[in-house]
Amino acid sequence: MLSIKNLKASIEGRQILTGLNLDVKAGEIHAIMGPNGSGKSTLASVLAGRTEYEITEGEVLYNGKNLLELSPEERAREGIFLAFQYPIEIPGVSNATFLKTALNEIRKAKGLTPLDSKDFLVLMKEKMKLVEIEKSLTSRSVNEGFSGGEKKRNEIFQMAILEPTLAILDETDSGLDIDALRIVAKGVNALRSKDRSFVVITHYQRLLDYIVPDFVHVLYNGRIVKSGTKELALELEDKGYDWIKEEAEVQN
Amino acid sequence: MTDDQKIIEEAVLSDYKWGFVSDIESDNAPIGLDENTVRFISAKKNEPEWMLEWRLKAFRNWQKMTEPTWAHVQYPKINFQNIIYYSAPKQKAQLNSLDELDPELKATFDKLGISLDEQKRLANVAVDVVFDSVSVKTTFRETLSRLGIIFCSFSEAVKEHPDLVKQYMGSVVPYTDNFYAALNSAVFSDGSFCYIPKGVRCPMELSTYFRMNSAGTGQFERTLIIADEGAYVSYLEGCTAPMRDEHQLHAAVVEIVSHKDAQVKYSTVQNWYPGDKEGKGGVYNFVTKRGICLGDNSKISWTQVETGSAITWKYPSVILKGDNSIGEFYSVAVTNNYQQADTGTKMIHLGKNTRSTIVSKGISGGKSNNSYRGLVRINKKAEHARNYSQCDSLLLGDKCGAHTFPYLEVNNKSAKVEHEATTSKVGEDQIFYCNQRGISTEDAVNLIVNGYCKEVFNQLPMEFAVEAQKLLAISLEGSVG
Repeated sequence: MLSIKNLKASIEGRQILTGLNLDVKAGEIHAIMGPNGSGKSTLASVLAGRTEYEITEGEVLYNGKNLLELSPEERAREGIFLAFQYPIEIPGVSNATFLKTALNEIRKAKGLTPLDSKDFLVLMKEKMKLVEIEKSLTSRSVNEGFSGGEKKRNEIFQMAILEPTLAILDETDSGLDIDALRIVAKGVNALRSKDRSFVVITHYQRLLDYIVPDFVHVLYNGRIVKSGTKELALELEDKGYDWIKEEAEVQN
Repeated sequence: MTDDQKIIEEAVLSDYKWGFVSDIESDNAPIGLDENTVRFISAKKNEPEWMLEWRLKAFRNWQKMTEPTWAHVQYPKINFQNIIYYSAPKQKAQLNSLDELDPELKATFDKLGISLDEQKRLANVAVDVVFDSVSVKTTFRETLSRLGIIFCSFSEAVKEHPDLVKQYMGSVVPYTDNFYAALNSAVFSDGSFCYIPKGVRCPMELSTYFRMNSAGTGQFERTLIIADEGAYVSYLEGCTAPMRDEHQLHAAVVEIVSHKDAQVKYSTVQNWYPGDKEGKGGVYNFVTKRGICLGDNSKISWTQVETGSAITWKYPSVILKGDNSIGEFYSVAVTNNYQQADTGTKMIHLGKNTRSTIVSKGISGGKSNNSYRGLVRINKKAEHARNYSQCDSLLLGDKCGAHTFPYLEVNNKSAKVEHEATTSKVGEDQIFYCNQRGISTEDAVNLIVNGYCKEVFNQLPMEFAVEAQKLLAISLEGSVG
């Protein structure tokens, strides 16, 4: 589904990704961990198509297409979803309006007819249960005045509605209490399917207790220096990142 | 410049969609302005002597006045001798049914989206259409007259309700008020007149549609709305003008009188031709709109959505004379390309416990300049007056300007006055967030701007709110590469 080869990206002349390789197959969950500043969020931004980043080398194939040639909205319509680390507020635009607009754009790209308000409402009600979102949250302006937990749950709610093929969760667990974490994980798990893949970026092993990954990768200095299964996450929790850093230095 | 900025810039460059000229024979006054022009107009309209006298007084007064220059707008000096002051579509004097309407004229109205027939009846809107200078047809007259409501053209009111016209005309905006009000008083051609009798709640929205058509004409309409004790009316005003290279002048006067316990809600969607992308052509819109809350517990509410005109100079105001009276001003002003808007309001608190609310949303794109200018004056005797003002400016791109000129004069210590102002840019983060959900940049800008204006759109009658949203989308529309 997703194949990243030797990806190098920089921002304002600063090299962040330094030759990253990653293969994600349909139905897999990949966790990306790593110390601060290792390039985790940059990877998420580059995959979603933020224009501030300059791709200096490498390629990204998504379902056989050259992802880097697509605009951010084209990527979204192709099924890429990014759950933002810091969801953006849009005052005066209700969550429901925003989501209906988004969903219908994606449906249009797929050659489907747009959902009318009634059908959309039905869909929204169904998905609201999934992430235990209250009705009032859908009529409020997008993320405006939401608590940190509400914002993150809202991202997962949007994901549930838009049903992406590849979902990238950028530190969705940061700032969540244990209950909110459980709700978010429940939502993600409910969306797991053999056709849908997840890239879960996180600092903490904790989230992976709830969302069990197929693979865990450690990102350091802009590339993946170690990969393993969920046991690797436990080991990191136990030992920290220093041994990884040392290993990486030795390899260089 | 980043890509997003470029896209925003393109998104705000759009073409005017109402730029067609109707080929209708018109009956024009000779070009230029002197006493004879005033007499010509008055004679054309078969006006009584008192009306002509009033016009002439206004004209003589105007001759002594100079153009105001304090507004934050720039334009070449207007040659007032180079304007046609009266232009009427030629046709039979009186129409009894819509079938008699000039088919060309009817087609124009259809293009504008105003059907004068059943559709509108179903929509429950009574329409008076002012085409260039003459009021063409008022629908729904009979239904309204059963309730004692008078809704007709200003010319008719002069003939059929002279007492009301004499009593109220110039009582809120005297011809000495300002340069353009004086000019209007001298040469006004037509407009709408509306009187709601005591205790009557007008069952439908009353609407006027203004359109300029002939080349080189000015449009000087005059509207007078009177709500007698306990009456209520919601009044809508829409405007369009065809595309022309030369500038067209529009100098209207609107007066509202709200008696004890009466309420008037006045909504405008202004869409005069704004000029092309290089700033050529477009309407100069110099308008004086003012209402007076004459009686206790009365209310006047202005809502305006301004997307057109090369220059807008307009300050719908309320004089709060009655105790406990309420004045409101909700405004969205969009400027694009080389458009200039200097608009806002004046709230003059005279009575006790008077309250006013001002919500102004300015949106500037292209190389335009958008200014809010507002005055809140609390007079000595206005005990416990309250005002809340909120002025927000939104910038699209980095070549436009937003300016705020709030004036406050508080002469009573019990007054409570609050003023909030913000200036923001459509954030690249917001646009990217929308993009990431599959929404194009153009649609994202629309969505964000509409959200930004929501507070004001909520004040508009439903049908108008939808129109305003569409208008906004068109104003911001462009070719996203």
